[in-house]
Amino acid sequence: MEILVCVRRVPDTSENEIQLSSAGNDIERDDLVYSVNEPDNYAVEEAIQIAANAGGNVTVVTVGSEEDEEVLRREMAMGANQGVLLSDDAFAGSDGKGIATILKALVQKGHYDLVLTGTQAEDGGAQVGGMLAALLDYPFASLVNAITVLDGGKLKISREIEGGNREMSEIDLPCVLSIQTGINEPRYVGMRGIRQVASVEIPTFGTSDLGVDPASVGTAGAKVKRTDYFMPVLGKGAEILQGSQEEIIDQLIELMKAKGGLN
Amino acid sequence: MLEGIHSPAQSTYWIVSGRLLFAIIPLLGMACFAFILLKRIAPLLRGAPDFRLTQMWARLTRVLKFWLVQWKQPRYLFAGLLHIVLFAGFLVLSFRSISLVMIGISDHFVVPGLSGGIGDFYNVVKDYAATLVFLSVVIAAIRRGVFRPARYAVPSEYGKDHTAEAIFVLALIAILLVSESLFEASAAAFQTQQGLVAALPPLSLAWAFKYALLSTPLEWLQNLHLGAYLAHEVTFFAFLCFLPMGKHFHVVTSLFNVYFAKLDRGTIKPVRWGVSDEHLDQVKSFGVKTFEDFTWKHMLDFYSCADCGRCSDNCPANAVGRPLSPRFITIKARDYAFQHYPMFGKTGNGTPLIGSIYSEDEIWSCTTCGACEEECPLLIEYIDKIVDLRRGMVDDGNVPKSIQKALKALESRGNPYGKMEKKKADWTKDKEFQPTCDVKILDGKNTADTLYFVDSITAYDDRIQAIGRATARILDQVGENFGILGAAEKDSGHEVRRFGEETLFMALRDHNVEAIKASGVQRIVTADPHAYNALKHDYKDMPPVEHISQVLAREIKTGNLKLNPVENANDVYTYHDPCYLGRHNQVYDDPRDVIDAIPGLKRVEMGRCRDRSFCCGGGGLMLFYEPKEDQRMGVKRVQMAAEAGANVIVTACPFCMVNIEDAIKVTGLEGKMMAIDLTELVDRQVSREPANGVKIVKPVAGSATA
Amino acid sequence: MARIFAYIAHKGGVADDSAAELAAAAKKIDAGASPVAVVTGWGPDLDAVCESLRSSYSEIWKVANQAIAYPNAELVRQALVNVIPRDSIVLVPHSHFGIDLAPGLSIKTNSAFVSDVLAIDGTDGTSLKVVRQEFGGQVSAHVRCDISSGAIISIRPGAFKPVESSPLAGVMVDKSAEVGALTAARRYLETIVAEAGDVDITKQNVLVSVGRGIQEQDNIAIAQELADALGGAVSCSRPVVDAKWLPKSRQVGSSGQTVKPKVYLACGMSGSFQHLAGIKGNPFIVAINKNPKAPIFQVADVGVVADILEFLPELTEKVREVKGISV
Repeated sequence: MEILVCVRRVPDTSENEIQLSSAGNDIERDDLVYSVNEPDNYAVEEAIQIAANAGGNVTVVTVGSEEDEEVLRREMAMGANQGVLLSDDAFAGSDGKGIATILKALVQKGHYDLVLTGTQAEDGGAQVGGMLAALLDYPFASLVNAITVLDGGKLKISREIEGGNREMSEIDLPCVLSIQTGINEPRYVGMRGIRQVASVEIPTFGTSDLGVDPASVGTAGAKVKRTDYFMPVLGKGAEILQGSQEEIIDQLIELMKAKGGLN
Repeated sequence: MLEGIHSPAQSTYWIVSGRLLFAIIPLLGMACFAFILLKRIAPLLRGAPDFRLTQMWARLTRVLKFWLVQWKQPRYLFAGLLHIVLFAGFLVLSFRSISLVMIGISDHFVVPGLSGGIGDFYNVVKDYAATLVFLSVVIAAIRRGVFRPARYAVPSEYGKDHTAEAIFVLALIAILLVSESLFEASAAAFQTQQGLVAALPPLSLAWAFKYALLSTPLEWLQNLHLGAYLAHEVTFFAFLCFLPMGKHFHVVTSLFNVYFAKLDRGTIKPVRWGVSDEHLDQVKSFGVKTFEDFTWKHMLDFYSCADCGRCSDNCPANAVGRPLSPRFITIKARDYAFQHYPMFGKTGNGTPLIGSIYSEDEIWSCTTCGACEEECPLLIEYIDKIVDLRRGMVDDGNVPKSIQKALKALESRGNPYGKMEKKKADWTKDKEFQPTCDVKILDGKNTADTLYFVDSITAYDDRIQAIGRATARILDQVGENFGILGAAEKDSGHEVRRFGEETLFMALRDHNVEAIKASGVQRIVTADPHAYNALKHDYKDMPPVEHISQVLAREIKTGNLKLNPVENANDVYTYHDPCYLGRHNQVYDDPRDVIDAIPGLKRVEMGRCRDRSFCCGGGGLMLFYEPKEDQRMGVKRVQMAAEAGANVIVTACPFCMVNIEDAIKVTGLEGKMMAIDLTELVDRQVSREPANGVKIVKPVAGSATA
Repeated sequence: MARIFAYIAHKGGVADDSAAELAAAAKKIDAGASPVAVVTGWGPDLDAVCESLRSSYSEIWKVANQAIAYPNAELVRQALVNVIPRDSIVLVPHSHFGIDLAPGLSIKTNSAFVSDVLAIDGTDGTSLKVVRQEFGGQVSAHVRCDISSGAIISIRPGAFKPVESSPLAGVMVDKSAEVGALTAARRYLETIVAEAGDVDITKQNVLVSVGRGIQEQDNIAIAQELADALGGAVSCSRPVVDAKWLPKSRQVGSSGQTVKPKVYLACGMSGSFQHLAGIKGNPFIVAINKNPKAPIFQVADVGVVADILEFLPELTEKVREVKGISV
């Protein structure tokens, strides 16, 4: 089975305190450390396991710049057979559809039975997988937390739905699945593994290689644009509720109502 | 040759001449033994390299101490003394065994040097030796079969009970001793009946047999004499060939195992002996994945285990029900070797050890406290093997998720918590602390003689930062010109290395080495024994490194640091030895001297102290690991302190503090038991007397006293 | 008057809470627009849901088709593409179903797509300005969306409060005939229900999280009662698991679960960073601890200095009163 996994390099929220830049329109990027978007990492592990059991190859792809090569190498160190970087000045500022359009071109250039994405990027919103599937007219499923390969070009999948329940479906190949964390236990990738793939060449494709109309992607094609960042209103340290126990409870009830914990 | 009685060499057994028979038996026996040994050596030849041929004198000294004098044995007094008797007896009787074998061929054989008066003396000694060994064997058999010390039990997950093997070998030894004594006694009784003088040492086994045989018919005595000899001869070679089949292989291998034992403490073996850090990338696979990835010396360790159970008896992981028992790390590997390198048939090829004989949790459960190695009479190594097995798992990407997180944070941020580098020195900016003690950051603008190496937990953990501040205040107090690296300091990598992530460790080490060299300091002080051990043993070409307890002990001795009497004289203190200060670095006395320098302070020792200290639960990445256990190590340790009658546990390691304070809360002893770091204790008690002699009581930060 | 469409999730004949929230969100986009509920399904359940929406929507478009009796996103998408006019704004809950449906729907309707919207600032010509969160909720962002050719907006559940206004007396419109043929390459098989008692704390909106201050196993019940009243679950810090008072699956922290609730009640816990590392998504943290110096107060939004064993039962009672739960 030929599997393509779309990954993204994102600031690692577990290891960063995200702050606004002094200009206020972006986050402070100087002190950030980046890593593979967590659900994407699960998707790669799943792909590697499927390929190991059912045979086939795993290709990891990302849309970005040279800096993003690092995540491709990390995933290759994990066991992906090759990496592809889709990079072009025209790609900058792409919205979800733009990214999906670029990826669609790559999928159509090759032959993939299965395309995996992570469920949600740290700075995205669970968009690309479903959009890519629709562009390709492939079936799609999100929040996938188990995959079984069936005979006859089909998969049996489980989706994570409310209350810890699992929705089981059968899906035809080729398809696009967005993978939920917890589907597997991604293997550890150390510095050594990355070093071992450091010199493997990673092909880079731009608009002309992919046959993508520059006007359909990037800022030019984006219908959705972020205008600025701002900090959610947050108090420094807890506001200690004062008064009698009864008064405190009344205040607390009101606060919980306002925050969606009581309705 | 004795008068009257026919010797084995002169006799005919059935139709075979004794001389021939007793030439054939040893030849067959030796051939068989050689064959077995060759088979046993086969895996060692396929094992990884291990450089153990240097420092001959140091090694010979250790042979003297640990092999000949059996230094570790009396740590378990009764079993130890019993073993010393057996061992010494065996050494004495080995000459007798040689001569016995030889006189089967020639009646005139005498072991060189054992003729004349020395020979007579030797004969007396060996008769008593045989008697003592016999008694020891009987006691050992009773102990093993009837009293069954708990540490010999084999939990069901680790296989079958080993008692049968032990009793069988004791029986073989008994047969050897009895047949030898009967051989001698029958001749003596024969001669005595014929009116000749044949004295045997009074009260020896042979002497007793002789008296028992005095009225036995001569013909019977002759047959007994020849029969005993044959029995001894057969048993002797059977025994020899049986030794390499189980735990008694140590009789053969112990000498070599002790000679080749690891000489340096606190260190970790290189990924591959003979491959420098720069060339490590060329090593295809890291660590131990299959049996053949162990070094030959580690295989020799497996052969040398006497199954005494002392390692596991002292292993804190084993004590709290983690799925780890060092004894079975060895026994399982030995059984694997025996099974896959059989006497006859094909050798097995390398199956992965994790998932077959070892489980992942088993290998992650070790805190590398070193209690097992401290105890082993045969100097078997465990930490290097555990680390090698972890290296193998890390190389395969097989790392528990909670540890993966911490390792990733170490890679990207240089600390396991994922905290930002620029906040590394935030602990110095505490608003009560800063006015009392301004800690320099050695960033090129500032210089200092001494580097205070803080390490991650002290820099970032809210509670442990207090240890950092106490250390800084004391260094200030003793007039040390010191500074910290701040954001330029990454985690020492001590646990990173011990968790098997060598490449990441090297990156952290190289970064720190460069930062330390750039700072231009003359010496390094740290309050974290893990950092201390890393800087001292894992890093190369560092300025001299000291743990703060060593600095404190010295400053107190010179009178530069004076301590006030304790306020509450009812408190009873006890000192908990951190593994990486005590066992791994032999710093036992300095912290105690410091505590004892506080006037009026009452200190008691816990049952387990010094080199038998009980690990708190492990430091560094171990805080991120979720072990399967019945109980926390810290809880056990706190209970030990309570049993000792203490209500204050002094420790000298940030990780011990985290574990012990947690354990105090878990055990519900909050308010009744407290933990304090040595630096905090000294900081509290330090007498800050300015020149005018006005005594200032306490360095309450924020007050204008400092 | 312009229409704004809302996809109504429902189950067992009852509309999801999101139905009223989407109506509120529609008002934020254009207070003058008519909110239209689009309800897909089959049988009496569908009718019941449609009926229940009359007061909050101007129109209810009923789309009955047996093939979508179970909401298979692929089939629902095909139905919606056929039923909803081009260039419309369609609101979808950002739920496990919305995540399945919305991205593809935006492609097939050639509309813009903004997901997981927390707030709507309003429209400006053909541009809609909304608020999203990024980086695990650590920062918020203003996003502009070109709605000239329609837009699919997925709305974070709970972000919009249902508005109280005069009932709309919605008109029922049966659109079933416009559905057309539905074929799926993904076929629903069954739903495997999580085992009873197997609570997934990572999926809860409200967590009553207990630390060492709970003191003994029997006291867990006190927290459980509050969690039940709030419709949440009980989670805990490591010492509670160590003491075997709660299973490992309930532990929040770097060595336990990572949770993303809306409200987190930290009860009797100090707030170690190992524990806090497991709390994501910037929830509203209420710290209740008798020690006013407990570090948890530094990270909490509000604090109550009290003994949890005393405070929690009182709080539970009041919550029950407010929610009209009788025991």
